Amino acid sequence: MADMMQFDLVSPERMLASLQASEIEIPGAEGDFTAMADHATLVTTLRPGILKVKGADGVSEFVVTGGFVEITAGSASVLAEAAVPRADVTRAIADQMIAEAEARVAETNGIARDSADKRLADTRIMVQTLGL
Amino acid sequence: MANLKDLKTRIESVKSTRKITKAMQMVAAAKLRRAQEAAEASRPYGERMAAVLANLAGAAADAADAPKLLAGTGSDQVHLLVVATSERGLCGGFNSSIVKMARLHAQNLQTSGKTVKILTIGKKGREQLRREFAGSMVSHVDLSSVKRLGYNNAQDIARQVLDRFDAGEFDVATIFYNVFQSVVTQIPTARQLIPAEVEDGGESDRPFYEYEPDEEEILTELLPTAMTTQVFTALLENAASEQGARMSAMDNATRNAGEMIEKLTIEFNRSRQAAITNELIEIISGAEAL
Repeated sequence: MADMMQFDLVSPERMLASLQASEIEIPGAEGDFTAMADHATLVTTLRPGILKVKGADGVSEFVVTGGFVEITAGSASVLAEAAVPRADVTRAIADQMIAEAEARVAETNGIARDSADKRLADTRIMVQTLGL
Repeated sequence: MANLKDLKTRIESVKSTRKITKAMQMVAAAKLRRAQEAAEASRPYGERMAAVLANLAGAAADAADAPKLLAGTGSDQVHLLVVATSERGLCGGFNSSIVKMARLHAQNLQTSGKTVKILTIGKKGREQLRREFAGSMVSHVDLSSVKRLGYNNAQDIARQVLDRFDAGEFDVATIFYNVFQSVVTQIPTARQLIPAEVEDGGESDRPFYEYEPDEEEILTELLPTAMTTQVFTALLENAASEQGARMSAMDNATRNAGEMIEKLTIEFNRSRQAAITNELIEIISGAEAL
């Protein structure tokens, strides 16, 4: 049995998950990575994507739109801007995520525009992956 | 002595007032539970956010090119007061206590020669502050159409504050709201939003973090989010406090109405008895005169 680490997923509105996990697949801003116990301490930003957690009772998946992750040797805390269990994501929610990303592109310019563009692209890919 | 019919209508009217206040109390109690749950649910996020921010800020605060949101503009001439109140009245001293605190703060700043700008959330606070600081009101956020407070409401407010900050409209921002303690106590609180107030944890036992992308980039994204979280916390605490204050105010009102009904009923009975006695005296003395 692999070593376990404490995994917490919180969004501003509620706490979505708090469990012991052996592997966490995280969509980081600069690429996906998997965190396991005794990972180096790390803080990174998230891009819109799918977060996978392997716990004692199987794999749970969450759709996140952005936020931060703080990883220490024994724990991983995900501070998501918005997070929804994958099973609960409907076409309507996905469309809304895209619409929000599009709105952000429309209202920004300059350097912020680039990150808004990237965010929109990431959101589109994510929705495609979900295959709704 | 008041006449019987007047007393009767008076009693009826107080009775219906009591029914209304009783109903409002029960509605507030139900809403309070929901508001409290929402406030509690958001707490883990706020706590963790503060912890991450404390870690990062500890490392970045000393740097010369620290972001303005953290280090400030280097001046504290113009202050923005974000005053969060309720949209509806009938909730005891809830709004007045926030307004009183904000007013005191604004007056102190003005006497020390600073410029004060006020952004109000909720129309009750605006109504009270407008009289005194008519020239300082810069904006107002209306939440009357919001049924359930969401993170997006906080985002809208935070974005507005940030836009104004980026445009150089103010140097320091402080938010005023009530912290929910219990149904009977709500504590008016002022919290500084910009520059970010960082909790000071034990510096030495903090692990060394790697940052991806670099510290600065994370910080520029984290600071606005942390501020939004503070606004969100304030809104939720305020919502719970409002319902708590309304509940106890309506409980008092219901009790007062009950007492009033008792008093009026006694008066009504006395008057009725007096009228009967009077009539009897008249009849008897009439009979005696014959």
